[in-house]
Amino acid sequence: MSPASPPVRDSYLDAGYTLWSWLSTHDHKRIGILFAFSITALFFIGGAAATIIRLELLTPAGDLVSEQTYNKLFTMHGVIMIWFFLIPSIPSTLGNFLLPLMIGARDLAFPRLNLASWYLYVGGALFTIGALVAGGVDTGWTFYTPFSTMFSNTHVIAAAAGVFIVGFSSILTGINFIVTIHTMRAPGLTWFRLPLFVWALYATSLIFVLATPVLAMTLLLIALERWFGIGIFDPALGGDPLLFQHLFWFYSHPAVYVMILPAMGVVSEIVACYARKPIFNYKTMAMAILAIAVVGFLVWGHHMFVSGQSVYAGIVFSILSFIVAIPSAIKVFNWTATLYKAHVMFHAPMLYALGFVGLFTLGGITGLFLASLALDVHLHDTYFVVAHFHYIMVGGAVMAFLGGIHFWWPKITGRMYSDGWARFAAILVFFGFNLTFFPQFLLGYLGMPRRYHAYAPEFQVLNVLSSAGASILAAGYLLPLVYLLWSLRRGAVAPANPWEAKGLEWSTQSPPPKENFRQTPIVTEAPYAYAPPIEVAK
Amino acid sequence: MLELPLMPDRASALARSVDTLLFVWLGIGGVVSAAIVVVIVWFAIRYRYGSPANRAMAPPAVQRRRNNRIEVAWTVTPLLIFIAMFGWAARLYVVHAATPPGALDIYVVGKQWMWKIEHPGGRREIDELHVPAGRPVRLLMTSEDVIHSFFMPALRIKQDVLPGRYTTLWFTADKTGDFHVFCSQYCGTAHSQMIGRLVVMQPDAFARWLQRGDVTRSMAEAGAALFRAHGCGGCHGQNSAVHAPPLEGIFGRKIPLADGSFAIADERYLRDSILLPKKEVAAGYAPIMPSFQGQLTEGELAELVEYVKSLASPQDSGNESSREPEPAR
Repeated sequence: MSPASPPVRDSYLDAGYTLWSWLSTHDHKRIGILFAFSITALFFIGGAAATIIRLELLTPAGDLVSEQTYNKLFTMHGVIMIWFFLIPSIPSTLGNFLLPLMIGARDLAFPRLNLASWYLYVGGALFTIGALVAGGVDTGWTFYTPFSTMFSNTHVIAAAAGVFIVGFSSILTGINFIVTIHTMRAPGLTWFRLPLFVWALYATSLIFVLATPVLAMTLLLIALERWFGIGIFDPALGGDPLLFQHLFWFYSHPAVYVMILPAMGVVSEIVACYARKPIFNYKTMAMAILAIAVVGFLVWGHHMFVSGQSVYAGIVFSILSFIVAIPSAIKVFNWTATLYKAHVMFHAPMLYALGFVGLFTLGGITGLFLASLALDVHLHDTYFVVAHFHYIMVGGAVMAFLGGIHFWWPKITGRMYSDGWARFAAILVFFGFNLTFFPQFLLGYLGMPRRYHAYAPEFQVLNVLSSAGASILAAGYLLPLVYLLWSLRRGAVAPANPWEAKGLEWSTQSPPPKENFRQTPIVTEAPYAYAPPIEVAK
Repeated sequence: MLELPLMPDRASALARSVDTLLFVWLGIGGVVSAAIVVVIVWFAIRYRYGSPANRAMAPPAVQRRRNNRIEVAWTVTPLLIFIAMFGWAARLYVVHAATPPGALDIYVVGKQWMWKIEHPGGRREIDELHVPAGRPVRLLMTSEDVIHSFFMPALRIKQDVLPGRYTTLWFTADKTGDFHVFCSQYCGTAHSQMIGRLVVMQPDAFARWLQRGDVTRSMAEAGAALFRAHGCGGCHGQNSAVHAPPLEGIFGRKIPLADGSFAIADERYLRDSILLPKKEVAAGYAPIMPSFQGQLTEGELAELVEYVKSLASPQDSGNESSREPEPAR
């Protein structure tokens, strides 16, 4: 590892060295990096809140922070992690950086709109952090009414305004991606030659555009009831509290797929590369992504099985929730089948991707427990639910995000990181994660409700295990920050294609030039055309 | 000191059924996830880069046909399993949605951050719910402020408690003892303190318990006093000059409404008729009743409802069978 300066000085990173050159850039790659910096900062703020939560839960008594502070902590953890980290994480960083590269385009269709989405994100984040600094919000990230409208006397409007604004960032990114994928694919790059990551970004963008406006309206209605006392959700004013839950989950359930679909795309890229094989049944994989996005719009009522909605609604939402799991199951089986007769390599991104498959499977199966009506009546709003969605969002989305960052790091930065350290971090994250969240399944079945500041003494052992796991997980998250930043100065210079991966993004130099490709690439083969199997049997 | 329970108390037949459902799911989930992990590890090791394993593949046409068959197999198999599990869990849920006739009604009012409970006989308690073992009990629940949720892990049931309406939850506890009651819907600052105790007693001990304490009058008697105090009898009384529906025996009946539809005169209907009298006007009557919104507490409303329930019809006194099971939980 010799500290060498990159041989080429004509990459997108050399297009300007001033802060202003970054803040005014229209280059999708630089905007991706701006997003990466901002969401990482927000991730560590959300993580700090989680750290205090886990410390508080070491003992049954609520003795570390006051109950009001605790409520504000889990609210900020949820609001920040969902809207300011998970939802933008893969689409706005890796998606932004890679989408034009993967389809052989010079940029996104609307570069200025793309920059606007980053500024909207920052604006939204400032509102929400402002609410945090001004004293916090205690409604939970779900803003359930009438608590959020008529009873909470914390900074609900400021936090909701931040979420409202960041929603427009999502919508603009979604429009940009859809138009780009439709109109800017390189010659020869037909729909069924698109990498699965592009398919995933396409489906995600549809959800952004169709679901996010409903969230915006819902938050606006909250503001109307809070400010002007217009009866929408509070029965004391003639409103209906269940209306809020329908509107909120109509957005927020599809939002779960916004978090997981891009992760599935990333995992497909990684698995194909390190298995040296095309993804098993590529077309089914692409269709499964679309199926999840479409059916995902029809399952919101499974958040409301004990809310007082009708039995018949419960039955319909239950069966639909089972059906949405089918395409996810197919994806897991197909990733597994991709490894058959492959040439598997165990680089750090592959460890993250394999970890994803395992954790996502567990998260998915426990989701079926929750879709089962009679079982959900017991499990609803307990730690079982907390464990389930962390398996999907942290075990799934965050693992894939980290895998993707490692996979494309040489392309993005032009530097190689230490694979040994990266593998160590991946293993740390995997074990830390399981130790943190597996005990929460048991806690949930035992009956410990979520959002409890103090709890019954028989829940302590499992909570202590969970907190111990969280400390390992935290180390696993801090480690990449160290060796990845280190690689920027000390890492070996990356070649154009260090993993010998397929895909247009690997055909240009690392880091790519400002215009991405010296000449427009022409696509002549199917995706994942890794070296064909050695010989053909008789 | 170190307690590590893995299963919660089991205090009803439903709890055992739900546990069985859990164990079957654990079996299916365990087998499937173990199989996936084993296959991934096996493939990853056997087909690691540079290993000498045979990687000869069938010709593409054969592969394509085989792959399609595999894909169909692992689409249809989970689908069948899912439908079976859905059906089982939904059936248990639906069967449990209908309260059996003859259940003991107990009123529950949630408010930040306590549970107020009143038995029809007039005995009140706070954050404790005493019930007899072996008899169906139905909780009629509402909230004075935000949404709460009444959760009894030992019975494997919970139900959100909403302001402005009744939700119900029924169970038959079959094991005496003390069990947890938790509020499981986040309701503000002291949410984690909104906890209580379910006390399941032998029926005779329960009967004695009901008589103890500061019980001066039953809920229906208290409701009768409210009925007089608010002048309800001025219209609903037998000799009234105003044309208002008589309330004797109305509870549980199917009421024709002015708009041509029907409503069952259950607790929800009675409560709504007091607060929102123009919502479901009985056919043949003018919508002249004033709303009592804001004049009655949830506890008083429950007492009035109990009073109306206690008014037997002159001709068919004590007709239990007319009461239909609750359609909704």
